[in-house]
Amino acid sequence: MDFTYDSEQNDLREAVRGLLQRAYPDTERRRSVVGSDPGFDEKTWAQLAEMGVLGLPFAEEDGGMGAGPIEVGIVAEEMGRVLAPEPFVEAVVLAGGLVAAVGTAAQRTAVLGPLSEGGSVLAFAHAEPATRWSPSASAVTATQDGDGWRLTGVKEPVANGARADVLVVSAAVDGGTALFLVQGDAAGLTRTGYRTHDGGRAANVTLDGTPAELLGEGTADRSADVERVQALARIAHANESVGAMESALRITAEYLKTRKQFGVTLNRFQALTFRAADMYVSVELARSTALWASMVADAGGDVVAAGDRARLQTSRAGRHVGKEAIQLHGGIGVTAEYSVGHYTSRLTAIDHVLGDGDWAADRLAASVDSYPTVDPLGAPYTG
Amino acid sequence: MRLQLSPEMEAFRDEMRTFFTTQVPKEIRDQVAARRHVSREQYIEAQRALNAAGLAVPHWPVEWGGRDWTPLQRHIWREEMQLASVPEPLAFNTSMIGPVIAAFGNQEQKERFLAKTANLDIWWCQGFSEPDAGSDLASLRTTAVRDGDDWVVNGQKTWTTLGQHADWIFCLVRTDPTAEKKQRGISMLVFPMDTPGVTLRPIQLIDGGHEVNEVFFEDVRVPAENLVGEENRGWDYAKFLLGNERVGIARVGATKKLIAQAKEFAREITAGGRPLSEDPRTLARIAELENELLALELTALRVVANSADGKPHPASSVLKLRGSELQQAATELIVDIAGPLSLASFADGGSAVPDWARVATPEYLNYRKVSIYGGSNEVQRTIIAGTILGL
Ligand SMILES: Cc1cc2nc3c(=O)[nH]c(=O)nc-3n(C[C@H](O)[C@H](O)[C@H](O)COP(=O)(O)OP(=O)(O)OC[C@H]3O[C@@H](n4cnc5c(N)ncnc54)[C@H](O)[C@@H]3O)c2cc1C
Repeated sequence: MDFTYDSEQNDLREAVRGLLQRAYPDTERRRSVVGSDPGFDEKTWAQLAEMGVLGLPFAEEDGGMGAGPIEVGIVAEEMGRVLAPEPFVEAVVLAGGLVAAVGTAAQRTAVLGPLSEGGSVLAFAHAEPATRWSPSASAVTATQDGDGWRLTGVKEPVANGARADVLVVSAAVDGGTALFLVQGDAAGLTRTGYRTHDGGRAANVTLDGTPAELLGEGTADRSADVERVQALARIAHANESVGAMESALRITAEYLKTRKQFGVTLNRFQALTFRAADMYVSVELARSTALWASMVADAGGDVVAAGDRARLQTSRAGRHVGKEAIQLHGGIGVTAEYSVGHYTSRLTAIDHVLGDGDWAADRLAASVDSYPTVDPLGAPYTG
Repeated sequence: MRLQLSPEMEAFRDEMRTFFTTQVPKEIRDQVAARRHVSREQYIEAQRALNAAGLAVPHWPVEWGGRDWTPLQRHIWREEMQLASVPEPLAFNTSMIGPVIAAFGNQEQKERFLAKTANLDIWWCQGFSEPDAGSDLASLRTTAVRDGDDWVVNGQKTWTTLGQHADWIFCLVRTDPTAEKKQRGISMLVFPMDTPGVTLRPIQLIDGGHEVNEVFFEDVRVPAENLVGEENRGWDYAKFLLGNERVGIARVGATKKLIAQAKEFAREITAGGRPLSEDPRTLARIAELENELLALELTALRVVANSADGKPHPASSVLKLRGSELQQAATELIVDIAGPLSLASFADGGSAVPDWARVATPEYLNYRKVSIYGGSNEVQRTIIAGTILGL
């Protein structure tokens, strides 16, 4: 049991932090980047690729760096710290993760190589308007057409769905869920992009007999693979949330020390400093859970359960910290020029992409009566 | 970053688990597990069993019975002890006065007290708080005036836990009323509870129990050799002591045990035609609590790992704050599972209510204390806001 980073991991953090701080030195810069499509900075994306970040979790033979969930967590936390809008979790951990988990060797090389090099943005088109937070597809269906497949139905919201060069699309086949690769310029593919409240981009992706390539071999149900990779994304999001929460708290504490009312700085009011102290408690507990979940993933333990735990903890913490950060600022906290509200917006977005706190609590509740105590250093978490 | 315990630590954990579940008398552990009061004799028997195996004071200097363990080992030791329902070594002895004497006492005091303190041959109580000195402890007014070879003590202490069992008391007293800073004029004295002029009066708590007392001092003569450390340095020793008190205060193992019990109790209660253990609302509440506790345990592990230099990690206030809240939440959960049965608190023979449901509310009410003592949760928030956030 060891919660400390090794020197390579520390170097990675320093490098990513440096890059992102140069890219997003202030709120103004981020606002201008997210103000126009694709909602992130292509140059920063290229720099992340150069640094190896976009290929971080993929095997070297697939064009990646062969790193693991700990490194992914480090990057995600740094992204959260400055609210970097580049779709690291969405494109690399989630969409890329599925290709890595399910794809054939040829597909992995063809897709993950360009993704790692920054030449191709991936998106996972999975959510469907009428169902939520399911590892399976139902509204989009796949039918075989000679050697290939055709997909029909609507996926929405799809993060970065309009910008993506390649879409990983889930679709119902034979009562199960299969995964497909769809090229951005495929026939019968209509993508209508829009802004999301946190500055990101999402899209309606309408498939109408769209040609698609089956990901991996055979049409056995891939729901469990989706579940696993989504869990890894939940864990990465947990780390991203921790970075965002830490910044929101730091900004809030600084504000309390400088903003004056009634002739004194706000930190003279214990009603406010105690609430800041409670924010700190939430951040530290969330950090511990996020780190632990990354370690569970690294150890090959039950990542789905760990992902649910990280999701629950960071959901509760994210709401607490996000709301208090704004309240302790007063009016400026709800303005677009000021940073803190954007953190709250991002935390709120993360909270709804892959399941919220209540959702995770219900999943955990289903098995609560089957074991006496949770041992974070034992089964099923240590693999 | 690595999740697994090393093989050595796995073995250490097994060793602790085996010892606690086989070498401490089962009747005593059952009493703790049933959340019933543990008698003086049982405390002593349990602590002596631990001490004989070198497990009562592992955090002391090696010379005085310590084990030179890593923070992680101490954490495992404490967790396993709590999970096994072993009464923990008396905190007043092992976490408070023992370490103070070992660090600041003279050789004679060390030889006179430490072995007996570890073995609970002397039962110590803590005379810090006074009626007008609670969170603002440094405002204490009990005085000690030098008279020949003695200190003469006058004043009152209160909240003295288990003073009725105590052989000796360690006291903060004002020895220099003229000191510019009130913290500067305080010293630490130790003396037997049966010294003439010491009177003990019980305070009944809302659970009906007697665990705290008022202690009055009227011209109590204490030999000068019973001053610990230097005169007027008592505040430093108190701070050192209170810092030790916070270590292990998260009580994760104890709360885990409570939650495990709550799950069992929930199977015994039927609501709406099914056991509470199948009620989604109850299950979700347990899941939330368990997840909060997991986060606390991981934070404790993270903090112990980073406090190897002996200084408490700044986040250790989180452990006290959250640890007390979660202990309270677990006791509250059990009251809610008991529902109407929880009213039968003082039922004796002739009641069909299970024992766990009877003790549920008294324990819940009693546990309101955990966010008050050991530096109240407001004091912890003050520390976090001030020391960590710079507010
Ligand atoms: C069951 C029990 C056992 C105890 N055992 C012992 C013992 O063995 N020996 C011993 O010496 N003492 C003991 N104590 C005393 C304990 O340490 C004190 O109760 C504690 O220090 C709080 O003091 P107080 O009760 O006077 O409350 P007060 O200090 O009067 O506080 C009242 C309320 O105001 C809050 N408050 C106080 N100051 C501030 C501030 N600056 N900012 C914000 N909020 C503040 C407190 O948190 C609390 O909520 C025990 C207490 C209990 C309940």
